Amino acid sequence: MLIDWNAFTPWHALVGGALVGTAAALFVLLNGRIAGISGVLGGLLRPVKGDVAWRAAFVIGLIVAPLIYLLFGSPPKPRIDADFGALVLAGLLVGVGTRYGAGCTSGHGVCGLSRLSPRSLVATVAFMAAGFVTVFAIRHLLN
Amino acid sequence: MTIFASWVAGVIFGLGLIVSGMADPAKVLGFLDLAGAWDPSLAFVMAGAISVAAVAFAVARKRTVSFLGAAMNLPKTRRIDRRLVAGSLMFGIGWGVAGFCPGPGLVALGMGEIKALVFVVAMLAGMELYVVLERRKQRQAGAFGLRAG
Repeated sequence: MLIDWNAFTPWHALVGGALVGTAAALFVLLNGRIAGISGVLGGLLRPVKGDVAWRAAFVIGLIVAPLIYLLFGSPPKPRIDADFGALVLAGLLVGVGTRYGAGCTSGHGVCGLSRLSPRSLVATVAFMAAGFVTVFAIRHLLN
Repeated sequence: MTIFASWVAGVIFGLGLIVSGMADPAKVLGFLDLAGAWDPSLAFVMAGAISVAAVAFAVARKRTVSFLGAAMNLPKTRRIDRRLVAGSLMFGIGWGVAGFCPGPGLVALGMGEIKALVFVVAMLAGMELYVVLERRKQRQAGAFGLRAG
């Protein structure tokens, strides 16, 4: 295994990760809920009365985060190499998959592992493994 | 109050994704590419997040209401079944195709990235497809006199 030391940013990763953990902590301690982004977003597709505002507020918070970041500096531009066809395929798979699997990187990966949930551990191992295999196939087998 | 708290949590979550590099698909793919020049950063994101959140969940599990008086709504399902595994595998494949999971997709959308918009719209379509398929399954189960669990 070859580590890309130039790309490796352990301090930013730890600090950013701690912020993500803080958000999940606030969410459960103040709202009593899991900060699982796919679940929060998915619940907005069939709105249930009294169950919309907190979901929308969380999603809007995520979307406006880059604007808040501007108070401290300009956010780094995301490098999105996938073409439009790949983005549509990726979006569909992520949408269907996170709903069937009842969670994504935030719900299972961060919150679930923090709660020591065996179910989330299985889900996290599954989507990480699938991610590793997919990138291997695309970068090293197809190209 | 809980609505404002949700918004604040969303903002902090999003800031964390930007600071950590998770909002950058190229960095995510650098982590998922074990056979290439590997960037281990995202393992540190998970470690940072879990070390903070684990404390909060340890406190939360002993409480019946939140500090704002909201009911504790923690998942009760413990079932490990085909849905969980197949869905997660499908999600992982999609994650590997573009380097986006749901949160970073929304954050990149907020940066005005057209490609993130395409991803998010497709993701919502995928979530909608799930709802439609589940409803059909429940109707069919109903027609056979079964109750969909």
